[in-house]
Amino acid sequence: MKFRTTRTRRARWAAIAATAALTLSACGSAGEDSSDDNDVDVSSDAASSFEDGTRMKELAEAGTVKIGVKFDQPGVGFKAAGAKTPTGFDPEMGKVIAGKLGISPDKIKWVETISDNREPFLQAGTVDFVLASYSITDERRKVVGQAGPYYVTGQSLLVAADDDSIKGPEDLKGKKVCSVTGSTSIKTVEEKFGAQPAGFDTYSECVEQLKNGSVDAVTTDGAILLGYAAEAPDQIKVVGEPFSEERYGIGYSKDSPELCEFINDTLTESFDGGAWKKAFDATLGKSGNDAPETPALDPCS
Amino acid sequence: MDALTDNFDLILKGFLETLKLLLSSGVLALVLGTLIGVFRLSPVPILRGTAIAYVTIFRNTPLLVLILLAIYGLPQLGIDFGFFWNITLAMGVYTASFVTEAIRSGVNGIPLGQAEAARSIGMPFGMTMTQVLLPQAFRLVVPPLASVFIALTKNTSLAAGFGVAEATFRLKGLLNDYATERIAIFVGIAVGYIIIVELISLGAHLFERKYAVTR
Repeated sequence: MKFRTTRTRRARWAAIAATAALTLSACGSAGEDSSDDNDVDVSSDAASSFEDGTRMKELAEAGTVKIGVKFDQPGVGFKAAGAKTPTGFDPEMGKVIAGKLGISPDKIKWVETISDNREPFLQAGTVDFVLASYSITDERRKVVGQAGPYYVTGQSLLVAADDDSIKGPEDLKGKKVCSVTGSTSIKTVEEKFGAQPAGFDTYSECVEQLKNGSVDAVTTDGAILLGYAAEAPDQIKVVGEPFSEERYGIGYSKDSPELCEFINDTLTESFDGGAWKKAFDATLGKSGNDAPETPALDPCS
Repeated sequence: MDALTDNFDLILKGFLETLKLLLSSGVLALVLGTLIGVFRLSPVPILRGTAIAYVTIFRNTPLLVLILLAIYGLPQLGIDFGFFWNITLAMGVYTASFVTEAIRSGVNGIPLGQAEAARSIGMPFGMTMTQVLLPQAFRLVVPPLASVFIALTKNTSLAAGFGVAEATFRLKGLLNDYATERIAIFVGIAVGYIIIVELISLGAHLFERKYAVTR
């Protein structure tokens, strides 16, 4: 019977180790969850307010929704290591949309969508909505629905705090400019301003390369860059005027065109009711910027 | 097909960069790999040990890890030749370990009598290597070396995420711009890689036919 005692003992040790691990991980995440600093309205009994057969009704009845956001853009969509939920303007707006469906923030399943997989995820139903600094373009609207815009920003430049040689995109000729591989921003600086493109997988890596001097500038939407500059104002700064117009839209599947009206109504309500401004102030506004004018929404066709 | 035809120059530019990366890291791998291969076969224990350690370390480390070290680690130590050359370094030392093993297998494939004959007429090690063994070994290892360089061709695509605007970088850019033509873009870029790989195969085939060791 010696064998059995050893085994029980081993099992007991395993149980203790598992409990310890659980306790430790619980400690780790406590206090890091900052998703509660901005409350959103959650409609009660939302399901009954939607017509049968609509995607809204299905989602409201399911009581859960999958929203695709970025995880690597401070202020816009960011998930810290070990954090349970992403923070930023996009997740906040996602909560507003979910709230209208009667889904509370803790019932939202956040899915990381990098730029490359936003359309495929929407088409495959991996996510129900995409709020991931997702610029509205005609080309994208051919394969997915994009409602909005709920925010308008423009491509800007982030340079080292002590760099006076780059004041705007005209100064980029021959300079090494970093952005995410495949992004529109990196294409623009290469094709329009003659910059030497340096692509990395995330903006955070670009910012790292800028800080250690391997690239001369980082470029993408001003909203994202402001988030980084706010984190390290003595090392990096945003320069010049925005040189493009990016209109962030909410992506949804083309299979459910009824979502467009729903999103637009929800956005209008959040513009007028203050939820939009609250979301902005709690995230991007922290870099010292006032909430801009609310953008005009594209009509649903 | 618009995505491919309208951006043909960009795609070409990307493949040019891929070829540059392939050539620079390929030459580095060939030179370094041959040198380490000679070390591996030399009668001097310390050289043999160095070669064994080299192959063990670099053949068993994932290339991506080596690239991360070259891009983020080396600059911290003050070694920074820019993204392109740091990646060349990572790909070169990684691929060199496979070249070393190919060369070793090639030399081992030469009948022992050749080396013995060389020694018996008084050739020192260096001369035995350069005059007798390596010329025969290179002919024997053409197929495995071709495989090593084909693997290297595909490995260059890792550079897309580390500041080098090669073919895969262009692929990602096109995917972002042309949401409706994803399949055509994938196929188009794949064809580019297939052409490079087929050229390597063809080159190896011609080389083998011309210089085959006949016994």
